[in-house]
Amino acid sequence: MQSRDTELRESKQGMLAAVKHFPWRNYIVYIAFVGVFAYFAISLFDQGFMTTGNLLNIIRQTAIIALMALAMTFVISTGEIDLSVGSTAALASLTGAYALQSGLGVLGGVVAGLGTGLLVGLVNGLLVTKAAIPSFLVTLASMGAVKGMAMWVTDTAPVPITNATFNFWFGSGNLGTIPVLLIWMVVFTVIAHVLLRKTAFGRQTLATGGNENAARFSGVKTGRIKLLVFLGTGLMAGLAGLLYAGRMNAGRFSFGEGDELSVIAAVILGGTSLFGGVGTIIGTLVGALMMGTINNGLIIMGLDVSQQMMIKGLIIILAVVFGRKAIRK
Amino acid sequence: MKPPILEMNGIFKSFNGIPVLKDVDFSVKQGEIHALMGGNGAGKSTLMKILTGVYSADRGEVKLDDNVVAIRNYEDARSNGISMIFQEFSLIPTLTVAQNIYLTRESKTSLGLLDDKANEKKAAKLLAELGVDIQPSDLVQDLGVGYWQMTEIAKALSQEAKILIMDEPTSSLTKTETEVLFTFMNKLKAKGYAIIYISHRMDEIFRVCDRITIMRDGRKISTSQISETSMDQVITDIVGVASGKAFEWVERPYDEAGEPAFEVRELTAGDKVRQVSLRIQPGEIVGIAGLMGSGRTELLRAIFGIDRIHSGEIYVRGRRCAIRNPSDAIAAGIALIPEDRRVQGLVLQHSVRDNMILPILAKVRRGPLLDGKKMNELSRELVKRLNIKTDSISKASNLLSGGNQQKIVLAKWLANHPEVLLLDEPTIGVDIGAKTEIVDIIRELAESGKAILVVSSELQELLALSDRVLIMHEGRMGKSMKRQDIESEEGLQYAIQGY
Repeated sequence: MQSRDTELRESKQGMLAAVKHFPWRNYIVYIAFVGVFAYFAISLFDQGFMTTGNLLNIIRQTAIIALMALAMTFVISTGEIDLSVGSTAALASLTGAYALQSGLGVLGGVVAGLGTGLLVGLVNGLLVTKAAIPSFLVTLASMGAVKGMAMWVTDTAPVPITNATFNFWFGSGNLGTIPVLLIWMVVFTVIAHVLLRKTAFGRQTLATGGNENAARFSGVKTGRIKLLVFLGTGLMAGLAGLLYAGRMNAGRFSFGEGDELSVIAAVILGGTSLFGGVGTIIGTLVGALMMGTINNGLIIMGLDVSQQMMIKGLIIILAVVFGRKAIRK
Repeated sequence: MKPPILEMNGIFKSFNGIPVLKDVDFSVKQGEIHALMGGNGAGKSTLMKILTGVYSADRGEVKLDDNVVAIRNYEDARSNGISMIFQEFSLIPTLTVAQNIYLTRESKTSLGLLDDKANEKKAAKLLAELGVDIQPSDLVQDLGVGYWQMTEIAKALSQEAKILIMDEPTSSLTKTETEVLFTFMNKLKAKGYAIIYISHRMDEIFRVCDRITIMRDGRKISTSQISETSMDQVITDIVGVASGKAFEWVERPYDEAGEPAFEVRELTAGDKVRQVSLRIQPGEIVGIAGLMGSGRTELLRAIFGIDRIHSGEIYVRGRRCAIRNPSDAIAAGIALIPEDRRVQGLVLQHSVRDNMILPILAKVRRGPLLDGKKMNELSRELVKRLNIKTDSISKASNLLSGGNQQKIVLAKWLANHPEVLLLDEPTIGVDIGAKTEIVDIIRELAESGKAILVVSSELQELLALSDRVLIMHEGRMGKSMKRQDIESEEGLQYAIQGY
């Protein structure tokens, strides 16, 4: 009898402990996302928040940020930062558009756009790893320089794209009801998730951010890892530029303005540590979707831009406060 | 007998139903240095955390000068005169000594501005009283590490501390700095302060402490006068059942004449290593002794491809290896257990498993992807083989004790089957129990024909392990002595100092 009692008490304690020790903080972004979504779904149901059309709209507005945020997750996981993604996207939209204009075809445009992104990533990466300049400074400088270049080569004029195939696949098309942008986002999320969680590269990325010294002593070529993650953000910023161009049927220097902040916010909201060593791709995706959802909901509620900005800022602070207290070692 | 100023009676503490302190009694007298020893997980940190208000006890009382006090947080502890001396990190290197000592409690001028002059004057008086020879206006970052602790202590004393807790205070100090600290501690003792001294270093404890309390498995095993106990008795109390001959040298036969497993010829590297040559036979353990700064660590770093090699050759099993970075060294079959496991050995927030497989990611792949099953199997096997105490392979490594962390660092390399194992201070800051285990593992590896090079400042350990001892001096290789020819620790000490 007594042992039954003890058993019962122990199992109860066990359950309590399980609830108490469940790592809620790690899942805060998912909980917050469900909360935000449910709130809008109920309060804005009559205004059409839950219609397929609107939900797909959220995806369209989120996808480009999400794609850059996937690559940014790797950079931040190594303990670095890339502020140049927005400017790089703008320049890539222009080089892509120029290549298309000069008759190089879809492939030419894509190569030009992605190549531009990779080139910026390469320069950033080499300056960080070889010249040992902090990535914050390197990319702060390249953010300005690349943007300037984008303005200079076009004299701030848009570069129209008339290639319908390009515009369909890069941004504006739909397969049935599914936006092409959604497909890009899903495909790259899967790739990024597998890369971070299931490959040696991903493991070495996290180790580099977690303790660069220990990683080096374990034979990880930390310089090469860092170079690769900057090539990654460059590449994805290039893709983002092409998607902006396809969606708007033109390249333009102002695309991607301020995106670096949305991208970094999505990554941090998702639970990736700004100090490196801890990263999650699914968290990043949900972080990006949450910001998109909030944007969309506030617009439907009829709030003006200034109010939206204030509320977004507040939500980011709250999410980070509740989510990342565990970061302090 | 002076009455105890601190008494902890019947302290009981459990986490999630698991008791970690079982009715522990502990007392400290005025003007004594009281050693607190025990293996990892013995409960000494928890006991100290209860004393400083980090945890609260489930049962038991803390008495100061015969009055029961409640210590709910660090502030309570401090206002009761109990102060923990942190080794580093708690001083701000860019501020001066005086600014650090009086941080947030600065004297102000009548206008409410900081009065640096007055603070420095106060600090100078305090430092003079304590006999510490530093200027209050010195920047902390310009002082040696040894003086950081003294600044820290001065800061504690300026806040009316009566009981100081020092956790492994000498682990980052050189020999001279240690001497200075000991003199200082004796001065504090004479002034009536009490010091709780936590350390694994037996010789230091026997030199400076008055009493010793030993804990094991959450219980107090013994408290005795240092003068009335012996090193053997202390080890028995810490380990429990006698652990055999861990610290006695065992002669092992190995092939002394054949082809060496590892050879270094005329290696010059970094800023320290000058024309070093050495050879190790398969199954041989070679120890390197030398003074602080003699280039021992740097030699290992150079062999492992961390510091730049300027000239010289390295051979593994007769094959010449070009080593430009750690991956080259790993590919050549060389492994390095670095001297600082927290800084160089582990990614602390990552799990036991993730740390173990980091150097061998290439071996646990299936196609381009990592094989989760293989990684789990391999790490479970290593946890078992090295007797690592962790509830799960996915536990974050910073939650493990020092000894178990060090075993993870060892495990990282075992799975890679290296030919040559370089170990830099392999048992530093590790309790006696884990230490014997690590010594056994190293012997086992030698037994299997590997070449092993050990750097250690603990001569006892060096003598227990090595078949041959090399002495390094100012970056160059000096005397080589066969173990049989070294009669005692003193003999080796003499060889190290005897240049």
